[in-house]
Amino acid sequence: MSMNQLMPALPEIVLACTCMTLLMLGVFRGDSSTRSVSWISVLALVVVGVVLTSVQSGRMVAFGGQFIVDDFGHFMKWLIIIGSSLAIIMSINFNEQERIARFEYPVLILFATLGMFMMVSANDLISLYVGLELQSLALYVVAAFRRDSLKSSEAGLKYFVLGALSSGMLLYGCSLIYGFAGTTSFEGLATLFKGLGGTGPSVGLVVGLVFLIAGLAFKISAVPFHMWTPDVYEGAPTPVTAFFAVAPKIAAIALFIRVLTGPFGVLIAEWQQVIILISIASMVLGALAAIWQDNIKRLLAYSSIGHMGYALIGLAAGTEAGVRGILVYMAIYLAMNVGTFCCVLAMRRTGRMVEGISDLAGLSRNQPMLALALAILMFSMAGIPPLAGFFGKLYIFLAAIESGLYALAIVGVLASVIGAYYYLRIIKVMYFDEPAEAFDRTISGEVKVILVGMTLFVTFFIIRPDIIVGGAGTAARMLLAG
Amino acid sequence: MIIQALSFYLFAFVAIAAAVMVISARNPVHSVLFLILAFFNAAGLFVLIGAEFIAMILVVVYVGAVAVLFLFVVMMLDISFSELRQGFLQYLPIGGLVGIVLLAELLMIGGSWVIAPVAEGGRGFPVPPVNQVTNTHAIGKILYTDYIYLFQGAGMVLLVAMIGAIVLTLRSRPGVRKQKISDQINRRPEDAIEIKKVQSGSAI
Repeated sequence: MSMNQLMPALPEIVLACTCMTLLMLGVFRGDSSTRSVSWISVLALVVVGVVLTSVQSGRMVAFGGQFIVDDFGHFMKWLIIIGSSLAIIMSINFNEQERIARFEYPVLILFATLGMFMMVSANDLISLYVGLELQSLALYVVAAFRRDSLKSSEAGLKYFVLGALSSGMLLYGCSLIYGFAGTTSFEGLATLFKGLGGTGPSVGLVVGLVFLIAGLAFKISAVPFHMWTPDVYEGAPTPVTAFFAVAPKIAAIALFIRVLTGPFGVLIAEWQQVIILISIASMVLGALAAIWQDNIKRLLAYSSIGHMGYALIGLAAGTEAGVRGILVYMAIYLAMNVGTFCCVLAMRRTGRMVEGISDLAGLSRNQPMLALALAILMFSMAGIPPLAGFFGKLYIFLAAIESGLYALAIVGVLASVIGAYYYLRIIKVMYFDEPAEAFDRTISGEVKVILVGMTLFVTFFIIRPDIIVGGAGTAARMLLAG
Repeated sequence: MIIQALSFYLFAFVAIAAAVMVISARNPVHSVLFLILAFFNAAGLFVLIGAEFIAMILVVVYVGAVAVLFLFVVMMLDISFSELRQGFLQYLPIGGLVGIVLLAELLMIGGSWVIAPVAEGGRGFPVPPVNQVTNTHAIGKILYTDYIYLFQGAGMVLLVAMIGAIVLTLRSRPGVRKQKISDQINRRPEDAIEIKKVQSGSAI
């Protein structure tokens, strides 16, 4: 194997080497090096991003077809880099305030990022599984990172047990597919299914596919595999929750798109109904269950379940427009969620985190700028026009209508109207309720910068939507052409 | 040939008998010991079909690590296994029903089984041919070339598992006396020993 064959995987190799170097650095320098390890991790992610861009674009495979890079992968990896580096930056001050600052945190986030890269680039059922496991294992640990807190340990344990169950289902599906198809490579599967002709796939293959979808649906927390989400979001430390809400979801949905539109693309008749069902259930549950939540992290958990439902509409369409819609949606989803979690990080009263929605009362008077930013983000999440969230939904619904999925689009619109209620309730609490005690002003400069950046992105997306939409369009075209 | 057949039946019957004893032995320590016996016999079966690598791995990993770990857990935790087994028969009917349903489902899947043409081709001509390389060699050859990506990926997974175990459980408690080798080496006789003259015929 010459060095040239490794070139497509250069970003992953750089990332893996950085992980191990930083681990050594941390082990030798002790926990006092946490701050420098964190900043070096962020820098490393930026470097990986640069390497990613410099690697020749176009469709390339490596490692005997187990690894694939294309524009679709690049787009998703960029989103993952942004999500991971912001999660590390957000955690630096928080972890110090909560006295859980340890150098393993940024290292574990980097390992999770590596796993996500492997997921996005998977071109084989085995590499899919290895990437997924690397990601999940790192996430289980960071969920329980505040190990002295009962809730955090419970979150980690719950996530671990249910995650292991879902991995088992996924593996069972993979083994059934392998047993009935005789190959694990995506190219091999695609050729096989194209050759099936009118006879259709055997029952075993369809059962395997359904198990595979169930395993992946767990990772994006789509209904009916969503049970872990609210508890884990509530229990994990807030920057970890922010990380969970964005990066792993992006990686898992990338995997979902690659698997279903790639090797299983010709079997759309078999999986479309499953995706439609999951999508409707997620949107409806996300909209209804969030109404009764008092804890803002739980509310955001249900909101992310709902958002995943909308993203799956694009997948159900199975067209280029649908995939483009998902990519745009995920980019906007990333910005909205990171911004909102920055606001949650600011909710600290006399040195303790508060998470109740009622604690936000009077924020408009105590910290008008923070209240304004949160209001903009909530309006965007609800999908109110000139903000970015509206466009995310618009592209998705357009794709659904183009593919003739009218019922799905109508359910989506109805669910987003119901969902708007609880987003608007937060704004109402901030602006019209009896003011509560003010928050501590301990929010760090970095978090402020992130919050301002995300809010500006959400507000002014309308001016230049073509930057994101164009990139997403190229990525989607390439994925479906190949 | 006859020796091979005899050893097959010997290994197979001992393995099954040991497996039955694992679940029926009263003493959990005996159960684990029977489990080890079952593993050894399974390893013997692997040797018979020419898979010596898997046979040795089975002994090293399952007997050497897993079973010994079991033994430690069983001996160190004070679990009353007879109590755990109390309701065993009570759940037999419903457990049996679930088992039968699962069996029926498996049979239905098995009935629709179509062996994929690709798999059929692979079985006909194993690569590399069995009589030319030992199977340790063959596994090594594809593991470190064709599957190097997965091999390295699995290595990363294990590294993360190790970091995770340390992050979640290692605590630096105050008051724990650790070995400090440099202190030990730097200690001089004058610091450690005190010489006292003892008068003969009297106590210190």
